[in-house]
Order: sequence, then structure tokens, then C-alpha cells
Amino acid sequence: MNDHAIQFIYLASGASFILALRWMSAPATARRGVWIGEAGMLLAIIGTLLRAEIVSYQWIVVALFLGSAIGIPMAFFMPMTAMPQRIALSHAFGALAAALVGTSEFYLHAPHIAAFTMSALGIEVVLGFLTFTGSLMAFGKLQEILPQRPIVYRGQNYMNLGMLAAAIALVVVLVVDPSHKELFPVIVALALVFGVLLIIPIGGADMPTVISLLNSYAGLSGAAMGFVLDNKVLIIAGALDGSSGFLLSLIMSRAMNRSFRNVLFGAFGQLQVSEAAGGADQRPVRSGTAEEAAMILDAARLVIIVPGYGLAVAQAQHKVKELADALMKRGVEVKFAIHPVAGRMPGHMNVLLADADVPYDLLFEMDVVNPEFAQADVALIVGANDVTNPAARTREGSPIYGMPILNVDQAQTVMVVKRSMAPGFAGIDNDLYYLDKTTMLFGDAKAMVTELVSEVSRLAVGA
Amino acid sequence: MTSRIEVGLYVFVLATFLGYEVIRRVPSLLHTPLMSLTNAISGISLVGSLILAGARHSTLSTVLGTVAVTASTINVVGGFLITDRMLRMFRRREPRRRQAASREAEKAP
Repeated sequence: MNDHAIQFIYLASGASFILALRWMSAPATARRGVWIGEAGMLLAIIGTLLRAEIVSYQWIVVALFLGSAIGIPMAFFMPMTAMPQRIALSHAFGALAAALVGTSEFYLHAPHIAAFTMSALGIEVVLGFLTFTGSLMAFGKLQEILPQRPIVYRGQNYMNLGMLAAAIALVVVLVVDPSHKELFPVIVALALVFGVLLIIPIGGADMPTVISLLNSYAGLSGAAMGFVLDNKVLIIAGALDGSSGFLLSLIMSRAMNRSFRNVLFGAFGQLQVSEAAGGADQRPVRSGTAEEAAMILDAARLVIIVPGYGLAVAQAQHKVKELADALMKRGVEVKFAIHPVAGRMPGHMNVLLADADVPYDLLFEMDVVNPEFAQADVALIVGANDVTNPAARTREGSPIYGMPILNVDQAQTVMVVKRSMAPGFAGIDNDLYYLDKTTMLFGDAKAMVTELVSEVSRLAVGA
Repeated sequence: MTSRIEVGLYVFVLATFLGYEVIRRVPSLLHTPLMSLTNAISGISLVGSLILAGARHSTLSTVLGTVAVTASTINVVGGFLITDRMLRMFRRREPRRRQAASREAEKAP
């Protein structure tokens, strides 16, 4: 087929991807975005298959079939709690594809590679392979195959940066003189190892930032492939992917009060347990029963529920939805307050609640819902901890000082469903639990919320 | 040659800024589907992989190309399907209008 026609097909495909992301800006149009994205992808595939270079379809058919056989079941059977793992895995696949294409381009054309192409190829291969192993590590940690606890040792950052610098230096050598074919496997090995080392020091709470960052790396690797192959649709898609991941990691790091430099160098996950925890508070807390709590909830006008990752761990989403329904039936207004890092990836909590059939117009972002706590009769916290800690506002020495939090302490009454007094990810005590207005409901989130539901329904019957 | 590189860089820079502006408008409600969609779109590396797998340059490039096509296909097929599956779950409350309409329909007979 005529090369110009193929270029136009690619152009249409790139435009569809931009429209797809544009339509993601509202839930009402989001599905349309998926459809136009699919159309764009189909166009790009057809355009490519028509190209003159392709002489044999045998392996293409095998690979397309194999990929679909793996991808389709994953899409249908993956539970929503496992979404972060799935995303991490697909970063790994995307980066692997880019890295392998780069590798084979190198061996096909070396030593006749122009300096600019070789630079792009170097970026593609280094980013691709490090994202591949990095994402596999993230997958392992999220799936709890690997220990979630960050592993840190002295000189870690120097060693990591040293390896990256070595890989870049070797790429520069190849840019100057592409005939040193023997250096290429060394670059690949360095990138693969660097990817592993990058994720080792990262703990579970930092996964939202890490996943976003890996998303960005995978995108940039794809854009670099576009430069190597001189293909504009690859450049467009890679750039979109790269800026999306970049923006999300910015939002996540802001929500956790990390500097962006901190994020770029992968030096996160090192929240130290500071002296704030040392003071081992023996202050009294008030614990309550489900029965008492249900009466307060029933008498409230506005209840704001604050879900955290602990809710997902306890699989309590569906019970929380039942509680919200029961309260709304009793004329109580119910809202959900979602902190940006409530979950294991950006927006995760919204998906978990949507999966439990909570309508999305009950879900409110932090900035929108924060002024409302002052009017709320009850703030009910289920499985969230650090994002509700007033120390972020008041205690300057605290590791979470400055982190944007949900203003739950402004509600009339605060209820906390929690297993024990154990601290959250930041390893510090939560001042909120010692307030006069706070009632602790100790127990497993699912069991406790189930009790609350039955107590509230009993009140309904009694009335 | 130089102009091809320049055009490529223009495309990259403009697409990055455009992407930033478009994605800034995506509410945090939809951030997980967004990431899953960009993942599916990153399966566009199929374009490069397909050529390798089908061009018969060398055994190495055919093997690497085939693995790359498999990996990208998983992303494309799985990514779009799971994004759609997620978005189907996002529902509003019954719109007030319809409730009112059904109440009136009850009264009517």
C-alpha cells in the first residue's frame, strides 16, 4: 500500500488516542473514550500490516493469538482489588516490547547507526529494560510474593545512581562509535539490575507514586522507539503515556507531601519512624460498641465515610455500601471522602467502591469534601489512618507534617473502625484517636461494619 | 534526515504538552481507568513489533519481534477490555427526574 496512505492512517490513529484521553474527563463520556481508543489501535494495526516490509504473517498470527489468549482472561477475571498488580504487570509487558524492538533494531543495523538514532535507541532500551524488571518487582510486592517492607542499606542511592550512570556512559560510547557491539549486552544487564534495585527500597504505601512513575517510563521508552523507527504515532502515544504517568506521579507525591526530586531519584519509601513515635502515648482512648455507634449514626443528618486501604484488605466494601444504603433509607445524608492516596494506585478506592455499587456521585475528592466536615455529625473512618492524622497540620517535627489530610477532626463526632491501636504506614501515633469526640470501634472492618448495618436496621424496625 | 528528526521532536514536545493539558482535566475519580487506558494505548508498540515479527530480517529479530507482539497484544486486548469493564461499574444514583416520573406514573392510574 502507498506509504502516504499509511501515514494518514497513523495520523488518524494518533488523533483518536488524544480524543480517547479527552473523553476520559467525565464518567459520562469515558466509555466512548475507550471505543475511540480501540478504533485508533485497530487503524494503526491495519496500517502496519499493510506495510511492504511485512512478508510473513505466520509468527504475527501466532503472537496475536497468544497475546489475546493471555490478555482476555486477565481482563475478565482480575478482581478490582488486584488492579494495581495488573497495571504493574502491563507496564512490564509494554516496556519489554519496546526494549526488545530496540535490541533487535540495534543488532540489525549496528554499526551503521546515526548518532541521534543511537541516542534514542539507548534511551528506549535502558528505560525499557529497567521498567520491565522494576514493574515485575512492583508486581511481586503488590501480589505479596516479595516482602512489602522496604529494604534499605548504606550507600544504596550511590550504588543505584552509579549503575545508571554506567549504563548511560556506555550508551554514550555507542553513540560515538556504534561498532562496539559487545557493549550492548552490558547495557541491557545494567538496566535490568537497576530496575530491581530501584524498587527494593520502596514500601507498600509508596506504590501509587511508583506505579505512576513506571507508567511514565514505559511511555517514554515507547516514544523513544518512535524516534528510532521514525514513526509519529509511536511518538504521540508514547508522549501521551509519558505525560500522563508524570502528572499522576506529581499528584501522588503532592498528596504524600514528597518533593518531586525525591520521586525522580526513587529515594522514596524511606519514611523513618521518628521520635514522634518514641513518646509511646499512654493517653486514654474511648472505645465504643456497634450498638452505641449505630444510635449516633441513626440520629445524624450528615455522615461522611472515610475509606482507606484497610477497608479493601478486609473486603468490607460491600458491607460499607450496605451501611450507606441503610442510613440513607433512614434519611441520613451520606458522603464518601476519598484521599488521593487511599489505595494502592491513583484512583484505586473509587474503583473499589464503584465495584461495590456505590454510585460515584457519593464519592468526593479531598478538596471538595474538606469544608463539609465542619457540618458533618459523624465522620466514620474505615481502614484509613495517616490521611486523617491532625499531626500533619500541627506537629512540625512529624514525618507527615505538611501532608494534605482529610479534616475529619472538624466533625461533631469521629468514629474509627480499626483492628488495634497499631500505627499506620508512617509509623506514627494518630492524635485523632485521643480526642474527646472520638470513639474507637475495635474489630475487623468487615465484621464491625456488618454489626453496624444490623444495628441500624434494627433501629429502623423498632421505629 | 535532520528535518525528520526535527519534525519528530516537534511532534513529541507538542504531544507532551497536549497530553498534560488533556490529562489534567481527568478527575481523580477516573485515575485508575485512565492509567489502564494509557496502558492499552502504550500497546501501540505493536506497530514496531509487528514489522519485526513479519519482516524476516534475521532469526533473532523474528524471535524478539514475536515476543514483543505477544507482550503488546496482552496490553492492547487486556487493557481496553478491563478499562471498559471498570467504567461500566461507575454508576450515578437513579436520576431524580426518573424517580419523579415513575412516581407520577404510579399516581396516574
